[in-house]
Amino acid sequence: MGHTQKMRVWRGDAAGGGFVDYDVPVEEGEVVLDAIHRLQATQANDLAVRWNCKAGKCGSCSAEINGKPRLMCMSRLSSYDPDETITVTPMRTFPVIRDLVTDVTFNYEKAREVPSFAPPSDNQGGKFRMNQLDVERSQEFRKCIECFLCQNTCHVVRDHEENKPNFAGPRFLIRYAELDMHPLDTVDRKNTAQEDAGLGYCNITKCCSEVCPENIHITDNGIIPLKERVVDVKYDPVVFIAKKIGLRKDSGRTPVGPAGGGPSPIKHPEKFADS
Amino acid sequence: MATQSAVTPGQRSTERAAISEKTLRTDRWWLLPLITFIGFSAFIVYSTWAAFANHPSQYYSDPYLSPFYSPCFVKGCPSDINWGSLDIHWRWLSPAIYILIFPLGFRATCYYYRKAYYRSFWLSPPACAVAEPHKSYTGETRFPLLVQNLHRYFWYFAVLLGGILTYDAVLAFMYKDAAGGRHFFLGVGTLLYVINAVLILGYTFGCHSCRHITAGRINNFSKHPVRYKWWSFVSWLNKHHIRWAWLSLVWIALVDLYVRLVATGHIHDYHHVFGAVSTAVGH
Repeated sequence: MGHTQKMRVWRGDAAGGGFVDYDVPVEEGEVVLDAIHRLQATQANDLAVRWNCKAGKCGSCSAEINGKPRLMCMSRLSSYDPDETITVTPMRTFPVIRDLVTDVTFNYEKAREVPSFAPPSDNQGGKFRMNQLDVERSQEFRKCIECFLCQNTCHVVRDHEENKPNFAGPRFLIRYAELDMHPLDTVDRKNTAQEDAGLGYCNITKCCSEVCPENIHITDNGIIPLKERVVDVKYDPVVFIAKKIGLRKDSGRTPVGPAGGGPSPIKHPEKFADS
Repeated sequence: MATQSAVTPGQRSTERAAISEKTLRTDRWWLLPLITFIGFSAFIVYSTWAAFANHPSQYYSDPYLSPFYSPCFVKGCPSDINWGSLDIHWRWLSPAIYILIFPLGFRATCYYYRKAYYRSFWLSPPACAVAEPHKSYTGETRFPLLVQNLHRYFWYFAVLLGGILTYDAVLAFMYKDAAGGRHFFLGVGTLLYVINAVLILGYTFGCHSCRHITAGRINNFSKHPVRYKWWSFVSWLNKHHIRWAWLSLVWIALVDLYVRLVATGHIHDYHHVFGAVSTAVGH
């Protein structure tokens, strides 16, 4: 049974913009992205929206629906009151390109700063063997679809633009954790996670975990274990003494600084027109 | 189309979508931080009062010693349960102060409590996707919040106190008569003490630092099967860490209140005293 859905969509670009109200016919079983597509097809042909799989696996249609960071394709219209006005805005942490589309270059630049996986030099003929038990913690983080909803909702950068150069954000802090927990990695990223990726900025308010569409336990299984590992090497005098007198073995991993970083090789959309 | 300014409060970026509202959430996002604020404030007020209402006749009624005062080891503690007679210069301070400082430190640096009070007291942020009021933010990168990294040391003390409160639960089964003989005892308070010990231990051993210490810090679980089992158990407790945190907090205050009401004669502790387990020396 279809109905007419009241929608309020943010329209504009970096120069300015505002909310526009629409009445959109919708059908039973549809999601917010379906309504946005119908709106685009029938009333607002120039509405910019990024989407791809419509199945919650590509992470393209991230937006904020009634103020909550969500994937539009995974937000059923039936979970809202039919008489309610649904407000849709772009992610508010990143620069807006147009309408619901934001420039997420920040995230790719942060990705480039993470020191990459460094397997042992003896690569066993390219056939590493690992026990499932040893890799399943890291595998949870591999479910990430890079929708960047966690990056968007994290108040460290959402409310403080000035922290962006110093903070990698939850998505990449779990990348540090994933690699640090990897049984075959030979690199120690704890210092760089704290000093360069800004692990200390995280105050564990868990919004990243709340918005994750893959239900990754970003804080409990990633950031907090990483914080505890950093305590081992930076803030725990007992561990320091235990290492000095040989009661605790050194990890044998080589500490590294941030990887190359720098400007992303990905072209900004406005530059495509010039090339 | 109503065009708004490109500068938004608390966000200070002219490149972002120009939305002036601090949040567009339509649900009751303020309810949980409000409940947390009220709950923690009530506990702080009650425990502060309880720490200073410190005459032994208020916090001890054989065989119950208020958990806020256990272990009682300074001069002025009831002789029945005194672990020592430490003569501390600041006698005006309550015996509870020396004890409460450790659970206070443990809970204040706990990863769950940090989330709760950063949200509900410091509004940083008050809720997800709700703008915080602060102009700048450095998180836990500098003193004093750098001290949060010492959580594991408070955990060591918490384990010790957990053991003592478990011992208190055992003592709650032991009643000493006027002649000094020991009897097996079962009262409503005994049950409260047993539940208290379970909740305190569940909270203490579900701690994130405990999870790290058991096996979280190693990368080869398969080479440490016993530690892995231990870690798995701690992880199971840790899944419900919030529940353990709240239940243990509320319950310990209720136990203290119960002991006070019994000790001051406001309520009767329904109980049964069994036969003598031992008689006093010299009787």
